[in-house]
Amino acid sequence: MWGRSAFRGGVTPATHKAQTQTQRIRQFPFAPLLEVPLLQHAGRPALPVVREGAAVERGAVLGRADGERSVPVHAPAAGRVQRIALMPSVTGAMVPGIYLEPFPGATQEVASGTACDLATATAEDIINAVQAAGIVGLGGAAFPTHAKLRMPPERRVRLLIINGAECEPWLTTDYRVMLEQPADVVLGVRYLLKATGAEAVVLAVEEDGREAGEAVLAAAPEGMSLKASFLPTRYPQGAEKLLIRALLGVEVPAGGLPIDVGALCINVATAAEIGRLLPFGRGIQERVVTITGPGVLDPGNYRMPIGTPLRFALEQVGTAADVTRVFLGGPMMGQPLASLDVPITKGISGFVAFTSAEYRDAGRVQPCIHCGRCVQACPMTLNPCQLGLLARHGEVETMRRDFHLDACFECGCCAYVCPSHIPLVQEFRAAKAELRRLAAHAVTEEKS
Amino acid sequence: MTLRAPLTIEPAPHVHAGTSVAWIMLHVVIALIPACVFAVYLFGLAALLTLLVATLSCLAAERLLQRGSAFTLADGSALVTGLIYGLTLPPALPLWMVAMGGFVAMAIGKTLFGGLGSNAFNPALVGRVFLQAAFPAAMTGAWLTPLAAERFVTLPEATLTGPFLAPASGSYDALTGPTPLGDWKFAGGETSTFDLALGFTSGSLGETSALLLLLGGLYLVWVKAANWRIPAAILLTVAICASLLHGIDPQRYPSASFMLLSGGLMLGAWFMATDPVASPLSAAGCWIYGLVIGLLVVLIRLCSGQPEGVMYAILLGNALSPHIDRWTQPRAYGAAGGGS
Repeated sequence: MWGRSAFRGGVTPATHKAQTQTQRIRQFPFAPLLEVPLLQHAGRPALPVVREGAAVERGAVLGRADGERSVPVHAPAAGRVQRIALMPSVTGAMVPGIYLEPFPGATQEVASGTACDLATATAEDIINAVQAAGIVGLGGAAFPTHAKLRMPPERRVRLLIINGAECEPWLTTDYRVMLEQPADVVLGVRYLLKATGAEAVVLAVEEDGREAGEAVLAAAPEGMSLKASFLPTRYPQGAEKLLIRALLGVEVPAGGLPIDVGALCINVATAAEIGRLLPFGRGIQERVVTITGPGVLDPGNYRMPIGTPLRFALEQVGTAADVTRVFLGGPMMGQPLASLDVPITKGISGFVAFTSAEYRDAGRVQPCIHCGRCVQACPMTLNPCQLGLLARHGEVETMRRDFHLDACFECGCCAYVCPSHIPLVQEFRAAKAELRRLAAHAVTEEKS
Repeated sequence: MTLRAPLTIEPAPHVHAGTSVAWIMLHVVIALIPACVFAVYLFGLAALLTLLVATLSCLAAERLLQRGSAFTLADGSALVTGLIYGLTLPPALPLWMVAMGGFVAMAIGKTLFGGLGSNAFNPALVGRVFLQAAFPAAMTGAWLTPLAAERFVTLPEATLTGPFLAPASGSYDALTGPTPLGDWKFAGGETSTFDLALGFTSGSLGETSALLLLLGGLYLVWVKAANWRIPAAILLTVAICASLLHGIDPQRYPSASFMLLSGGLMLGAWFMATDPVASPLSAAGCWIYGLVIGLLVVLIRLCSGQPEGVMYAILLGNALSPHIDRWTQPRAYGAAGGGS
């Protein structure tokens, strides 16, 4: 039914998934002190509703949503609010957060709220319940899911895409969730179908995750028209715009949203969480995280309480003596960490520890030899070669206007294949930052 | 255990495909070795000395002219230029000319433009075109008869002459049979396809062995060190044009196999036109670029006073390459005019 034509470009790095693919999801212990940021999503931070020193139940609301572009934050453990203060985040910025000291020996039973019954709930009820559960895109973007579901009235969803194409090497979170929680995924999809009124739904999985996709299909009840599309294992197949290209044969217009072509993409782990939480009126207190890499002694998939400090997490799984690099997410787009004293948040699907053996000996950066590998690899069919040249000359406006810099989502394919080891992605990020600065400057001048 | 060591911060991606400029150059050298060995077998000591001097002069020029403390010999590009440049030369060329051309190739062809990655033209061809302009008699006369009996014992008189003391102009003719292309152009003779393919003919060092160059070229394409579209476009264009013309007037125009296997076409198509720096970026651009070079080769060979046109065809293609890039900008995903 769905075309198998993938997309132009892309790369096929070694996937390294075997290390954790067969590992069952294991419950992670509570750290002695959980650091729960009130900003774990794209939008406005939640507003704290507890006082320092207060005792909270597991699953109780710690912070309420501040408006439409915000979601509440729930307590990952029964414990005592030790402090409400700024805390370090993975991006380096300080964000407001709650330090929570779990009670030792508590039963850690999860508090339930008002259940959202699939049979009786209206679309609006479901969208509100999704917001109340604090659900955001668990694939990494952490965009509030309810805001995605609440679309302008003239827009209709032709195809709901459940994204299980986990194209980043090393990560197996979505794979395990599909394999172990197929019923949750299916229930989540049914909530989503009702909330969006989508005409059709398809589960997109890469060929190397076929058995996980089939497990979800097998869990679908009679009469539910859930289909799966098995796409070639090729990075970055899981990118929203490329999935839409592969499944619908259309491109999302520049600057537009998937809904402009009638598509809506929801990560499969997000769907599973909706199916797991909404029937009980609960909120997100934990998520599945792949901890892996050559620097990890006990790699695996763990259900981790939100707010677990990374240092605690790595100490629990054990690390090699010479861990030199840790990054959140996969090796292609993963955010490098300067410090381990940051917490797990809703958007983190895994982290990888590399030792000095994996040190990418990039050597000296060589001049661009114009070989065109980056042009061939760019899945957005940009011209990274030319963009890099312009970046090195500071021509950021030309990059945006003539070479579609805005379309770049920093997948890293260009830098991955560059034989001259030019840090192209980094140059593009710097150029985008410069463009934002110029835009802000223009606004300020207009006002004055 | 506790983690104490400071973490290294590098921007994503944290993995790499593993290729490097030196890796690409190494593969080009590997692909050229069979043709070099065959040239030495065919023409003896003179070929060996020519290749050595060509390579060493390019390496020396790169080392002398490089800016700052950067050690640019390690990237292997000078070695590749030297080898390719050597293969474009006639075997009995005086060595001082070889050295001079090598220096010009690196100085004017590469360093003047800004070194690796900035050259507008293939440096090896710049060196050769300089020699062609400066010493036309030597460049079109210093051929040797292949498989001469004494080739590993004696050197042609011209090889060791001192700078600007070229032997009397008549002396080249004594050494040589004409190249297949010259023979065809000026005397109407046609060399057998078999001899052309295997390379038992007179000619430049790398002109003779079409088969070994083809193998080397296929190796390059196989390891993805060269863009296959460029040689494919050039060879197809030449083959189609030659077949058409030969079909129209077999007396006047040579056959496609003769056109493909003679002269510098194989060396040019696989090893020189594919120089990434001076060729277009996109797939469409590479096809256009190859088509243009192929047409120019046919045009120069058949319609000009020169027997061979690969060198000029590629240089003109190089000059056109930035413009081709401008015409064939890839259309960005989601940009206006796309989708369905």
